[in-house]
Amino acid sequence: MGKTMAEKIFERKVGKPVRPGDIVVAPVDWAMGQDGTTPLAIQSFEEMHGKSVFRPERIVFVIDHNAPSPLESVSRLHDLMRSFAKRFGIRVFEVGEGVCHELMMSRGLVVPGDLVVGADSHTCTYGAIGAFSTGIGSTELAVVMMTGKLWFKVPETICIRLLGELPKGVYAKDVILHLAALLGADGATYQAIEFHGPVVESLSVEERATITNMVVEVGAKAGLVPPDAKTLSWVRERTDRPFEVVLPDPDAAYAKVLEIDCSSLEPQVAFPHRVDTARGIREAEGIPIQEAFIGTCTNGRIPDLEVAAQILRGRKVHPEVRLIVAPASREVFLFALEKGWVEDIVKAGGVFVPPGCGPCVGTHQGIPGDGWNVISTANRNFRGRMGNREASIYLASPATVAASAIEGKITDPRTYLG
Amino acid sequence: MTGRIHKFGDDINTDYIISGKYKFKTLDMQELAKHVMEDIDPGFASRVQPGDFIAAGKNFGCGSSREQAPRALLACGIRGILAKSFARIFFRNAINCGLFVVECDTDRFETGDEVTVDLGEGRVINHTRGFELSVAPLPQVMIDILKEGGLVNYFKKYGSFERV
Repeated sequence: MGKTMAEKIFERKVGKPVRPGDIVVAPVDWAMGQDGTTPLAIQSFEEMHGKSVFRPERIVFVIDHNAPSPLESVSRLHDLMRSFAKRFGIRVFEVGEGVCHELMMSRGLVVPGDLVVGADSHTCTYGAIGAFSTGIGSTELAVVMMTGKLWFKVPETICIRLLGELPKGVYAKDVILHLAALLGADGATYQAIEFHGPVVESLSVEERATITNMVVEVGAKAGLVPPDAKTLSWVRERTDRPFEVVLPDPDAAYAKVLEIDCSSLEPQVAFPHRVDTARGIREAEGIPIQEAFIGTCTNGRIPDLEVAAQILRGRKVHPEVRLIVAPASREVFLFALEKGWVEDIVKAGGVFVPPGCGPCVGTHQGIPGDGWNVISTANRNFRGRMGNREASIYLASPATVAASAIEGKITDPRTYLG
Repeated sequence: MTGRIHKFGDDINTDYIISGKYKFKTLDMQELAKHVMEDIDPGFASRVQPGDFIAAGKNFGCGSSREQAPRALLACGIRGILAKSFARIFFRNAINCGLFVVECDTDRFETGDEVTVDLGEGRVINHTRGFELSVAPLPQVMIDILKEGGLVNYFKKYGSFERV
């Protein structure tokens, strides 16, 4: 039997054949930490009497979750990251540069075939360009900083074929919300997912990243899209680092194969307080909202701001709705400025917060009030996620969020798409 | 190890264990311990006695990678988690912090039950309800890490994963 992408990437890293279930110690190509997890990693590093850092040029710290700092205690933790990074020559992406996962991909750091760990659960995003990337804890990040290696269980892989074509007003976000509902919050625990088929082939790299970003919401360790010509030109525009593409064998042994026809998919909405509750838009239409949020590592990229601007252009956000927008990176923000999308959104009444995680994690920049309904492009809607347990969060695509912000209630975006 | 059970349902995520609004502020686990499970069970932290266990349904610890989740549970007095299944990052983080995790059928456990967990023998005894379950062993690397009390001590002792 042939091998999956995950198996082949691990084989290349450890230099011997592997099978699902094997425990291997593998060298990683990149290790990343953000401001919610790195301070604890530094503490563990000190407790282990770490003296040096293995390949500091392959370690990245990002200050994105709670940035700019809203509190003096947070500023101290940010400074702890900065001083540690300076001591060992580690690169820091500063306040306002963007969300860690967007930067790891769009700055040309990760390439296809890489093995990447990050102290953030959405590290699985980089599978969009065919890397094996997964979330780890802080002490594990400390160990990787010291040794460049970590132990892994080689996962089984689920193959998902996305067939047909996406109808107008239906996006990558709708696909992954639908899949999450189908698989359930633990539907792929400890497994990798490979995405195949004409729908995934038709998506841009950014849209593929929306899908791979959310595989952790069904428990998966990684989500991978086989690199194609689109991937290669996207990566080549960003780096000249050599790489070798890893593709699955045609006869790869999958734990399960799922085929999903996307041609009749509707815009999806996940209901509070679980990600795996998506239903078609018709079942959510009319629910009043008080806050709308566009951004995050799931949906803060160029295609996301483009569709939001297209819908909001020349219109007004409902007077009882706060629309908050956080571009995924400074580059996305600049591009949106140049295109006039920022003006479209601001004139409509939207509020831009700095590139970064925005209000997604409940730390700052848009904590909802008691009894509020929020419609968000983020990846999680757990109770209290945005900082108030008395609020309810609905998840949807940027188009659905933009249309809902105008109407003040959950709205089918197709009515705004001409 | 013997302690009392606190029962929870399925899919308890790490945001519920310790909310983002607290965990980003501090490395002081005693401070975080006050807020464990606050969004789904206010007052939980004050009811925990040192050495207690949580018995939960499936997919315990899903969501974010925050290691503050198992650390705050330990700091508030929870010694271990019994669950039908665990999310993978939490599962690793728990072992790495020295919080033990046992996969078993938790349907017959209720809040207040007195339970003994014997990891060496691979069994869980519910004294209150008078039954015993055997549990599947962990991978050897995890047993070794847990034996040392967590990944920090493991690494101080062995310096690498080369034993794996």
